[in-house]
Amino acid sequence: MDQIIKQILRTGIKTETPPAPDDALRGQVREINAQILRHVGRALAIRHVDAGSCNGCELEIHSLNNAYYNIEGLGIHFVASPRHADMLLVTGPVSRHMETALLRTFDATPDPKLVVALGDCGCDGGIFGESYASCGRVANVIPVDVAVPGCPPSPTAILQGILTAVSQRSAPR
Amino acid sequence: MRLDDFTTDFPRLPAASPVWHSAVSAEEFRELCEQVSHCGGKLVALWSSDETESGAGYAVHAALVAAPGMLVLTLPVARDKPAFPNLGDLFPAAERMQRAVADMMGIHAIGAGDQRPWLRHGAWPGGVHPLRKSFDAAAVQPQEPDRYAFVPVSGNGVHEIPVGPVHAGTIEPGHFRFSVVGEKVLRLEERLGYTHKGIEKRFEGMTLGEGARLAGRVSGDSTVAYAWAYAQAVECVCRSTPPERALWLRAVLLELERIQNHLGDLGYLANDTGLAFGFTQFWILKEDLLRLNGELFGHRYLMDRIVPGGVACDLDSAGMRRLAAMLDHLAHEIAILKDIYDEHAGMQDRFLTTGRVAPELAAQLGLTGLAGRASSQAWDVRVQHPCAPYDRLDTVMATHRNGDVAARVVVRFDEIGESMRLLRLLLDGLPAGETRIALADAAPGQLGMGWVEGWRGEIVVALHTAPDNRIHRLHPHDPSWQNWPVLEHAIMGNIVPDFPLINKSFNLSYSGVDL
Repeated sequence: MDQIIKQILRTGIKTETPPAPDDALRGQVREINAQILRHVGRALAIRHVDAGSCNGCELEIHSLNNAYYNIEGLGIHFVASPRHADMLLVTGPVSRHMETALLRTFDATPDPKLVVALGDCGCDGGIFGESYASCGRVANVIPVDVAVPGCPPSPTAILQGILTAVSQRSAPR
Repeated sequence: MRLDDFTTDFPRLPAASPVWHSAVSAEEFRELCEQVSHCGGKLVALWSSDETESGAGYAVHAALVAAPGMLVLTLPVARDKPAFPNLGDLFPAAERMQRAVADMMGIHAIGAGDQRPWLRHGAWPGGVHPLRKSFDAAAVQPQEPDRYAFVPVSGNGVHEIPVGPVHAGTIEPGHFRFSVVGEKVLRLEERLGYTHKGIEKRFEGMTLGEGARLAGRVSGDSTVAYAWAYAQAVECVCRSTPPERALWLRAVLLELERIQNHLGDLGYLANDTGLAFGFTQFWILKEDLLRLNGELFGHRYLMDRIVPGGVACDLDSAGMRRLAAMLDHLAHEIAILKDIYDEHAGMQDRFLTTGRVAPELAAQLGLTGLAGRASSQAWDVRVQHPCAPYDRLDTVMATHRNGDVAARVVVRFDEIGESMRLLRLLLDGLPAGETRIALADAAPGQLGMGWVEGWRGEIVVALHTAPDNRIHRLHPHDPSWQNWPVLEHAIMGNIVPDFPLINKSFNLSYSGVDL
């Protein structure tokens, strides 16, 4: 136990606090926090759905949960059920085998809900496109509020996408 | 036909690794598979192709591994009698591959025990086969209701827990059907295929250059291994050898991919026992490495850095110094964390004896890659059949004989250490020169093979060429094909709450097998 405490103290706080006050990321992090409070009024619960991705986008969602980004400190957390979620974060082209599961997950998410489509595949079907096996982009299956491009999008880009969706919540859909 | 003779009787492909290939009759096909099975060899991949456009029928191809190297058998299959000998009794891992061949090409293994569909759920009707050349990839098929016949388990107090396809964590989709008594798992049945997005059909008609990007997206966490195996397959049909410097840089990328995935898994394995400290620590290290990847090579996961003919990145002396400094940093931190892991009684209690696959069972079922090595299955392509530059590196294989979660943790720690040693050798010996060459044209009707030890296990890419440097058929093979069925055995007798831990200790790919 003392070894663990020693290592925690030695590691220090990794969560990024850039040196200069005008640093872009610092502004971004504060802005995200303020936007979430303004528009959701509380923490943001996200349910991730892999609708057919290559698992590349999942890697960056995992990374978003590391100490550098400290999203829980911003009031964002991932939940195990769509019934607990404010937002669906959907990756992949939607495979036809996942179409029903995605629709049911969307229906199980209480209103009002937000949908962020992640990655080039989520945006436009990406390299897999539309075919006998793929429905293509997420918006072909469920309504999408924000689509974040990238292969895969970086954790910061994912955060920005989440912010964009949250900040447009005030505008009627 | 005797197995001992295949290195002299069969032509050797101009591949990066020792690979022999020949067309065989149904009797020879079955006979050679029996001999490979009896001499302790293994089946790596099984796939099919449609040759009807050239006036022939179909073909079934099997990639086997015996002591001298890989043996690829091509069995021509008549159009009016699309069947081939069952291999499931010799190699249990063949069963799902055979079911996939039946779904995708309509060729059936005679006498196979399980005739249920595997990759086909409801997106296309039975009797329609997407990998046949007559199938229109763009046409949306009439959806069929999916009525999969799970194996029922009955008895006093037995009940079922269905999980998925949408899982509770950030993981890929698949369905797990647990039959349990109280907390104890009697049986697990996996149902995969949810992420089937038509990858193999997508490859067809692409140019050899275009295919590289798609190959790097078969399973995102193994993008380097797939890209390298694909490049090897293309270079095999073009009869080209990339410059030395490119080959050494490819090995740098592959070992970085191995380290970053192992770091992530070691973090999650602690997390799954409730020790969030382990997750936090290892994911800081992983992020440090990903950021350096991005700065040195232009992509955090090194996607699209390996291309047919060489690499699309380079490393200058400043970059080499930064990478060496990162290795020092990682080695220092990992040593501290390994001590903490080893001495954490609560976590070790969850790891030890959990999800055990005994060496005998692992050998029987064909457990491969990292999980196989943790169950005494001493196979590593980098060691037994090394391509350049591994042929000059003397890679040390990490193995363990306990076959439990704890063993798979130890093998990961050991492999990180070995990858760091290899990276230092690679940086020291990195040859000067070009990083990419232009490829010669490929003749149609050729077979090219790529064979790379990715972080999860061996990845094989089989490429059949069409005219004009295009792809006639491409099969990317993930080691998860072999290991998913073994996970069903690893969970037996364990308690349901240990499933996430056992599953993570294997960390298999869904996209890589759903294709």
